[in-house]
Amino acid sequence: MPGADGTVWDVAVIGAGIVGAAIARELSGFGLTVALLEARDDVGDGTSKANTAILHTGFDAKPGTLESRLVREGHRLLGSYARAAGIPVERTGALMVAWTPEDLAALPALREKAEANGYDRCELVGPQEVYRQVPALGEGALGGMTVPDESITCTWTVNLALATDARQRGARVLLRHAVTAVGTAGDGTTTLHTTGGLVRCRWTVNAAGLGADTVDRLFGHDRFTITPRRGELLVFDKLARPLADRIVLPVPGKTGKGVLISPTVYGNVMLGPTAEDFTDRRATGTSESGFAFLRDKGERLMPSLMREEVTASYAGLRAATGREDYLVAAEPDQRYVLVGGIRSTGLSAGMAIAEHVRSLLADCGLALTPRTDLPAPPRMPNLGEAFRRPYQDAELIAADPEYGRVVCFCERVTAGEIRDACTSALPPAGPEGLRRRTRAMNGRCQGFSCAAAVTDLMERHLPAGAR
Amino acid sequence: MTAQVLTPDAVVVGAGPAGLTAAAVLARRGARVLVLDREDTPGGIPRHSDHTGYGLRDLRRLVSGPAYAARLAETARQAGADIRTRAMVTHWTGERSLAVTTPGGLLDVRAEAVLLATGARERPRPARMIPGDRPQGVYTTGQLQTLVHGGHREVGSRAVVVGAEAVSWSAVLTLRAAGCRTTLMTTRHARPEAYAAFTVPGRTVLGVPIATGTRVTRISGRGRVESVEIEQIATGRRRTVACDTVVLTGDWVPDHELARTAGLVMDPGTLGPVVDTALRTSAPGVFAAGNLLHPVDTAEAAALDGAHAAERIARRLASPETPAPGVPLLAEPPFRWVAPQLLRPGDPAPPRGRLLLWPETHVPFPRLTARQDDRTLLRRRLPWPAAPGRVLRLPWPPALPLDPKAGPVTIGLA
Repeated sequence: MPGADGTVWDVAVIGAGIVGAAIARELSGFGLTVALLEARDDVGDGTSKANTAILHTGFDAKPGTLESRLVREGHRLLGSYARAAGIPVERTGALMVAWTPEDLAALPALREKAEANGYDRCELVGPQEVYRQVPALGEGALGGMTVPDESITCTWTVNLALATDARQRGARVLLRHAVTAVGTAGDGTTTLHTTGGLVRCRWTVNAAGLGADTVDRLFGHDRFTITPRRGELLVFDKLARPLADRIVLPVPGKTGKGVLISPTVYGNVMLGPTAEDFTDRRATGTSESGFAFLRDKGERLMPSLMREEVTASYAGLRAATGREDYLVAAEPDQRYVLVGGIRSTGLSAGMAIAEHVRSLLADCGLALTPRTDLPAPPRMPNLGEAFRRPYQDAELIAADPEYGRVVCFCERVTAGEIRDACTSALPPAGPEGLRRRTRAMNGRCQGFSCAAAVTDLMERHLPAGAR
Repeated sequence: MTAQVLTPDAVVVGAGPAGLTAAAVLARRGARVLVLDREDTPGGIPRHSDHTGYGLRDLRRLVSGPAYAARLAETARQAGADIRTRAMVTHWTGERSLAVTTPGGLLDVRAEAVLLATGARERPRPARMIPGDRPQGVYTTGQLQTLVHGGHREVGSRAVVVGAEAVSWSAVLTLRAAGCRTTLMTTRHARPEAYAAFTVPGRTVLGVPIATGTRVTRISGRGRVESVEIEQIATGRRRTVACDTVVLTGDWVPDHELARTAGLVMDPGTLGPVVDTALRTSAPGVFAAGNLLHPVDTAEAAALDGAHAAERIARRLASPETPAPGVPLLAEPPFRWVAPQLLRPGDPAPPRGRLLLWPETHVPFPRLTARQDDRTLLRRRLPWPAAPGRVLRLPWPPALPLDPKAGPVTIGLA
């Protein structure tokens, strides 16, 4: 049992989503022993997995907030990290479309807001330009605003890269460690009681996503409540991709950013999300009302998209707190930092949040000595359509024929890639994790052809005890 | 390192009944034929249907699906066709050129003629937009059959089968072989779609109750399926049926990716390419056959399509052709589609001398008419019913008084 052996970690980070993994990676660069605790059996299995995967510029954040600053910095940090780690990023740009006179009237203020957020490349455009940029839009667009630097990425690869990087820098990833109680000892250490055993640490960072308020209460605080906001998404067939070569944004309303259309790095088109407030933190099912809402919206935004096949539908939960900003707070007495209320922008902001947390910890007295022996970032398998994938790579196939054996036809995933995922530093716990690492079974047939072969390969290659 | 260039006379994409039959015919005609299939073994869908019912119309004897698949592959091979499996066509590199990924490397296939025989698949759950949780235990028939037949994996013990077509009964048989009881079949239609030959013994021998006029409105379960919610469409009344397995059958969509990325003219009804009665698509030298064109008809119908297309491809290889302009053939409700969709003067009758129609309602003895502008070209009463979920075959008249200069021909009920 970890902890029972007397190990005392310098820092325990609770939650291996994007934010937690980024923090663990950051801190393990400073000669600290770091444990990354995850309640589930895989990293990135909570809110991080059902993100819209947009790498935001932060143009529409509330100026002056922590979120505004961290999204802006994170956009830059993740952009360069993605290049180093081979995370697919496509700079598609976004077009915000005004459908009502009120929308249209709101655009100039949104451009000013973008400028207040340090982003000055937005441009207001007329309806003609709107339709020139996205000819498939439904009737009635009155005008728009461009956001040329909004990009799309792969949220799964970002999360996995950060966690893998943390691990190769020496952090320990502890899966199936849900924190159930917190105890303190006279020597200033904290004992985390978890479903995977006791974990002792000197400092604790709470990045538990939807569970952050619960964990915060275990530390004796009562300062915020997370209302899970369910967002349902429809993913359309790759044949729809020519319809949407950039992100199409609505003008933001009262309950979040509204329904958008976005290309995905996997070559699909996404429509969503809905936004419904929930009390059940496990309500990741899809609903009739959600589908009806998206159908209706889609029919108006882009009728031709609705003639294409739906490849997948997802429901994800976002951590809404009723606040307009992140809630990041250090408690020096407790040697504890709360990283709460990180909404969907957490994908973009994650690496900047990590730097921010690091500086908070330093302010609290945690000694930070930069390491000079850091390994290079991991080179992640490319899941993006815009970049070369193994099935296209003659040299790779010549060296290893398994990269020429396409197993998942729709997504063109090869036996070599499935093997690699199963034998990687952070192997999947099951088919869902494999989907996120390889795209296998994520395509239009949803496993009609390949489920059996993919499952066989996974069982053959997964190390004993990984499942 | 670059791709290996292959230059067969004809390349067939898909080694199912249509592709293999076409390859055998073409090879016997002396053509150099390359068959590409992404699966490990040739044969297509019948490979996994481990029960009898195949081969009656083309092999003239009844065999099991796997035996039928093996037989077609062997015949094509013996005729001289080069069948390559684990060969995934990824995209077009020219009008009749294809890029292919294989474990042996990349191929650049440049042919005189291409036959698309990529088949069809059942719509999986997301495409049907059935809300609810995402538990394990929800399959399409194809998925179930690969799991049971190929992987010998265990399924649950109580299944709900969505659909009551021939393929749905195939799913029931597969479930039974895997030790899973079908507790209910559901169908949107007022009556089961399959032939009485399936439905009567299915209901009595297999003891499967059928809920007609219903739709599945929710799948529930954490981890594993626990229940489905079923709505009586007419009344809106809903009930919950406990089960640990759900099989979504039928609701076919053609595997049309290559057809669409080639820019072929597509049919809004079948969602496959538009073809004439010689099974030519809109691109010169590109033909199509099988369930890509009519999702779905039987394996034998696909095979006979393949033979039909092969004759026309052989003819094209022998002497270049310029097909005459055609007259579009359109389906009227209650038919969702008709195939083929283009009539050219001088062209042959369609495969097996039948036009295929997909009815959306049940009609006991349909009286069909074909009209061009205000002229009636054909009036015919069929002695068999039109039933949703299966193809209606209309025998091709010996001489259709078609006016090649007039408007489209519409086909519907009198």
